[in-house]
Amino acid sequence: MASRGIKDRVAIIGMGCTKFGEHWDKGPDDLLVDAAYQAYESAGVEPNDVDAYWLGTMGSGISGLTLSEPLKIQYKPVTRVENMCATGSEALRQACYAVASGAFDMAMAIGVEKLKDSGYSGLVMNAPPNDGTEGSMTAPASFSLLAPAYFKKYGLDPDKGKDVLTRIAWKNHKNGAKNPKAQFQKEVSLETIKNSPKIADPLGIMDCSGVSDGSAAAIVVRAEDAHKYCKNPIYIKALSFIAGPAEGPLSQDYDFTTFREVVATAKDAYAQAGITNPREQISMAEVHDCFTPTELVLYEDLGFSPRGTAWQDVMDGFFDLEGKLPVNPDGGLKSFGHPIGASGLRMMYEMWLQMRGEAGARQIKNPKVGLTHNLGGAPGRCVSFVSVVGSQVG
Amino acid sequence: MPVMAGIVSYGSYVPYRRLKRSAIAAVLGTPAGKGERAIASFDEDSVSMAVEAARDALKAAPPGEVQALIFATTTPPYAEKLSAAVIGAAAQLPAEIRASDMTGSVRAGMSAILQGADAVSGGAKRALVAIGDCRLAAPEGKAEQTTGDGAVAFVLGAENVIAEIEASASLTREFLDTWRATGERFAHSWEERFTLTQAHSPLLGTVIKNVLEKAKVAPTDLSKVILDAPNARAADEIARALKIDPAKFSDSFALTIGQTGAAHAGLMLSAALPSAKPGDRILVATVADGADAILVKVTPANANFKPVHSVGRMIESKGDVSYANYLKWREILPTEPPRRPDPDRPAGPPMMRSEKWKFGFIGSRCTNCGTPQLPPQLVCVKCHKRGFMEPYQFADRTAKIATYAIDRLAYSLNPPTVNVVADFNGGGRFLCEMTDCEPDKVAIGDEVEMTFRRLFTADGVNNYFWKARPRR
Repeated sequence: MASRGIKDRVAIIGMGCTKFGEHWDKGPDDLLVDAAYQAYESAGVEPNDVDAYWLGTMGSGISGLTLSEPLKIQYKPVTRVENMCATGSEALRQACYAVASGAFDMAMAIGVEKLKDSGYSGLVMNAPPNDGTEGSMTAPASFSLLAPAYFKKYGLDPDKGKDVLTRIAWKNHKNGAKNPKAQFQKEVSLETIKNSPKIADPLGIMDCSGVSDGSAAAIVVRAEDAHKYCKNPIYIKALSFIAGPAEGPLSQDYDFTTFREVVATAKDAYAQAGITNPREQISMAEVHDCFTPTELVLYEDLGFSPRGTAWQDVMDGFFDLEGKLPVNPDGGLKSFGHPIGASGLRMMYEMWLQMRGEAGARQIKNPKVGLTHNLGGAPGRCVSFVSVVGSQVG
Repeated sequence: MPVMAGIVSYGSYVPYRRLKRSAIAAVLGTPAGKGERAIASFDEDSVSMAVEAARDALKAAPPGEVQALIFATTTPPYAEKLSAAVIGAAAQLPAEIRASDMTGSVRAGMSAILQGADAVSGGAKRALVAIGDCRLAAPEGKAEQTTGDGAVAFVLGAENVIAEIEASASLTREFLDTWRATGERFAHSWEERFTLTQAHSPLLGTVIKNVLEKAKVAPTDLSKVILDAPNARAADEIARALKIDPAKFSDSFALTIGQTGAAHAGLMLSAALPSAKPGDRILVATVADGADAILVKVTPANANFKPVHSVGRMIESKGDVSYANYLKWREILPTEPPRRPDPDRPAGPPMMRSEKWKFGFIGSRCTNCGTPQLPPQLVCVKCHKRGFMEPYQFADRTAKIATYAIDRLAYSLNPPTVNVVADFNGGGRFLCEMTDCEPDKVAIGDEVEMTFRRLFTADGVNNYFWKARPRR
């Protein structure tokens, strides 16, 4: 029994992504059709060339009909998947495995979320009928649990810690300002971020990702077929996904300065891809910066920084666009926005653009190996996804 | 000869929050009263407070021996649904008990004590009497200032009693004093001179005379007199009429708690017992639509009983609430609803399945590796084995804060919501809300204890569960 992976057996030959943001004039259908057609056109294929679909959405529709109906898909399989905020990555993983297995020649993974129609602040999830004992912590509060625990463990005084978190948000906004598809295309000053109204202390509103609408899509084929469609495809090196045992809220030995699920997915993905030193070998990463302390902890969980030192790397600019390992060059969830089901595919869309030299003002010089990381849930109780992709086979 | 019932143990509860009478005056422009009154928090009601008192009373008396349960209040959370059932579940009483709710007037508390004593005389091994009241009064009225919130509980029995109930006397008289129509939130009261001179004083005088005669005890033999009357002048008149030294009258907590309705006579008794000597006789009398009096005689066993949270300790453990917040908590001042969905009504079948967890806070412990865990698990979080779980009680264990979150986005009548990761001494961890705390003072390593609360009400269903609070 082993996680063997499908290194270099599947390639992405086309992608699409809508602008993320407040699409008052567009519903899920509009967003899905837009992203799907961008992907068809990018790959140079006709809708009917795609043999099977995986649709990721957390709450903007149920069943494959959510996609087949607006696209008028002609009697083909459409599977709706949901894995909280990692939904988009899960759709991609399923599509890749379907193609790798030989069951289909061409598959599409597509994700969508329409969050701005609810009329509520923040994210809303519907719970099944229950006994009324489950907590109702909001997402920022859940992730804010990381901050006091991390600060205390590594001896950061709260003000210094807040500066570290602030710089993460500042960096992501700086990157997003160079991205025409981002929700917030504006640099924001450190002072504005640091003094933004408190949501879940020490997190202010500017430590939180954007609530937005959007859709993104990818078309995958077996690697050996990729050049039939595309001069410069990108290759799947690793796909790892884990739903954790949710030990964090149960076990005193979990200290809220790590995501065990992320550590495990990173280990699995690096083994699949043959990566031994991620800090040196990875050219760029898109990680799940739902809240600033999440990104801080992820640097260490993904092996980019040794334990207890990520905050120093942040202050040194190591993860800046011009740094040694640019993280969230597209602006991340913070600046690009976070339409749940679409986010995992949006991360992959940045890999696609960067590796093909199409990232415009934020283009990184010759990236070879990229990583996307996507998670859902809360510290101690989450699902995690890590992919490694490359511009070359081998 | 019927068995003589007595008090086996007791517990008292005064909520953490206090409203200064001067704070009411500052907002309403009314004359400022002295002192403060106890305020049940936004997540408390008469039932949750009675549970807190009952938990303390049951620490010295096993719940398994209780055969009768009586809950008394003038402020039942449900017009139809047995509140005593909630208390029985939270206090982990056996299912094989007789249980009832008593209400209708502040005398319901004393009636419950008498009924509990009757149950013991009638053969019940133990009776639990739990009394809680969350007094609500209209702004600017006198009652808003004089009332308070609190609870008390007694375990009654025939053996190992710390105080015998030597005698009781009751009077019932129809007269117009305090009334509240079905559906009304605030009570009305008749003019005070009439009720004092024509009802309260004569009724109390008579009922006290009757109980002393029954027990063949002279007023001078009393060590302590606990008089629960709406008008403090009643005490002066009784002292004069029966020639009782005014120094023997117990403090009525007018400046510290307020009059806690049905719970008040019992709460005063629970405050008098810790310092009482063997042989002391304590008279307790209360008046409303008649009067009840009991005479209790303290036994040597009283010296061995120490309440976990004494009334004195509860009075000292406090934090202020602003008048504006109090008005919001009681929904006297309507507020704009949040841009968040309303909480879902908890569902009947899952609540019934998880009764021991939801109401009793009983988790599980793996007998293979010894790890306590909550909520109760099927497969062990530590050794990953299935089928080794046994029930494990967490409600009375203390915990330390591992980390915390201060949630300003979640809807609450008392924002911000504080959530803590609580690591239980002895093992087990739970992530839950923390109440009765000052958000800017919360720190990793702080000690917390568990408290039974009403989280919210949805579609008329009161959702009770547990929260952490700083140790009191």
